[in-house]
Amino acid sequence: MRNIFIWTVIAAILFALPNLLSFSQQEVLVFLTINILVVASYRLLTLTGEWSLGHVVIMGVGAYASAMLTKSSGLYVPLGIVMGGVVAGLTALALSYPLFRMKGFYFLIGSFAAGEIIRLLWKRFREPFGGTKGIKGIDPMPDFSVGFYDFDFFEPTSYFYFSAIVVAICLWILWRIEKSPIGLTFQAVHWQDKLAQASGVNLRAYRTLAFVIASGFAGIAGALLAHYIGTINPNSFDVEVMVFVLTWAIVGGTSTFYGPILGCVVLTILNEVVLRELGLEQTRPLIYGLILILSILFMPNGLESIVQKFTRQKERRSLRPEEAK
Amino acid sequence: MTSLLEVKDLTMRFGGLTAVDTLNFKVEKGTIHGLIGPNGAGKTTTFNMISGFYTPSAGEVLLRGENIAGLPMHEVARRGVVRTFQHSTLFAELTVLENALVGTHMPFRPNLFAAIFGWDKDARNGAEARAREALTFFGLADVGHEHAGDLSHGHQRALGMAVAYASHPDIVLLDEPFTGMNPEETKHMMGLMKQLCSDGITILLVEHDMQAIMGLCDNITCMSFGKFLAEGGPAEIRNHPAVIEAYLGGARHVA
Repeated sequence: MRNIFIWTVIAAILFALPNLLSFSQQEVLVFLTINILVVASYRLLTLTGEWSLGHVVIMGVGAYASAMLTKSSGLYVPLGIVMGGVVAGLTALALSYPLFRMKGFYFLIGSFAAGEIIRLLWKRFREPFGGTKGIKGIDPMPDFSVGFYDFDFFEPTSYFYFSAIVVAICLWILWRIEKSPIGLTFQAVHWQDKLAQASGVNLRAYRTLAFVIASGFAGIAGALLAHYIGTINPNSFDVEVMVFVLTWAIVGGTSTFYGPILGCVVLTILNEVVLRELGLEQTRPLIYGLILILSILFMPNGLESIVQKFTRQKERRSLRPEEAK
Repeated sequence: MTSLLEVKDLTMRFGGLTAVDTLNFKVEKGTIHGLIGPNGAGKTTTFNMISGFYTPSAGEVLLRGENIAGLPMHEVARRGVVRTFQHSTLFAELTVLENALVGTHMPFRPNLFAAIFGWDKDARNGAEARAREALTFFGLADVGHEHAGDLSHGHQRALGMAVAYASHPDIVLLDEPFTGMNPEETKHMMGLMKQLCSDGITILLVEHDMQAIMGLCDNITCMSFGKFLAEGGPAEIRNHPAVIEAYLGGARHVA
């Protein structure tokens, strides 16, 4: 009951939020929503202990797939977004064969190389990928009405509502997976792969499963992005963007579900509100680098450790009366 | 009649070193079988080959007549051969109950779609019941919520066995289970193993604690420098001249 109340309040806040923001801030809000799905899906992969540098490129695979499918075959855009996720997942499945011959640091480098190969393919083949200029004039989301609200996708507010619903559903699925026996197996693979294997866990299959699921949701995020900005090119998904995703995840902390999301939200607000006000946008990579170093030095468990500190204190306080008995 | 587990001419070479040299022994169903030998005799290497951790250079490991040598470890585990590790190899960051739940992976295989939509209630409840049963058996029921890394050494060893037990194995390979236990804990653990055995679980055991080995095992295989040395019951092994020589060093070696 209390949970339903909290979620209703959050939904109401999210519904009211765009109305309090300027047009450019509303656009940032859409990007933030999509980025939340990117980091949350990235976390599912990190559950197995593997860190990829190809996650953003896989997101791009979803964006390209959805853009091309809707453009060439006139596929209905929401279906295109789903197909973007499916294609990204299948790409990850294909990549998993060479990549999961490695683990740890080697996987990291391997995933980077695989991502660059995909990006070079986009650049090299003007047909069908559009070369370095990428794809322009991607079909926007068609307007529709749900009775009490008219979705007009020329407005960022409408696209925010739409993407927030899609992202919420994806986050719910990711959460369910993490809290299931499958999520536990992912963690087992991370902490002691030999013991997990001795308990009958097929390590390769579970690493692949996490990689495919994470990539599928990244693909959906990419497709959401493509149909919003309407133009994508290989540089939209380069390693600089990947560094931002890594920074969000590391600054937020990866030991809880909400950690990376928290990192993404806080750093985006910092970026948009503080840096933009100060006119320091150009120095964003510099400031992000500084924040990354500082947080590793002084906050190795991420922003989530601060939240945990407060929630633990609350728990302790609620425990104390019982101890007194 | 074929034995449950049979090792045939098993050989492992690391470069020029032959760690295990044409080893042969049989483990009968429902028995506790000990594998002993001085340090460096190749006991753990033998374990690693049986459990699929290493691929043998030559020879066969027959489980109910089927050759399982060279299969990956999870495939061996799925055929009913579950091992524990030396030292305290556990999921230190997970709770004790979660450790045991990982052990139930084989009897209750997770399913992705059922997990997302919550159709796996029965499996989850079953897995938890099995995990708690395993913890209770090894006296860990009270510490289920603690992190495995925070447990005492004796409890960690017990948890390692609980994880293996939770998976309903036909045969467990225990790699030095009594290391670091005090005599009382060892005695208690011996009792539990006898109980496991009477429940129909076959045990293959590598151990240095001679009292435990002599008190537990129905059959003992002794190795030295990778080679088969002797086999027999505890009384036989205790008085076997070759075994005594391997452990204490014979006059010939001194000269």
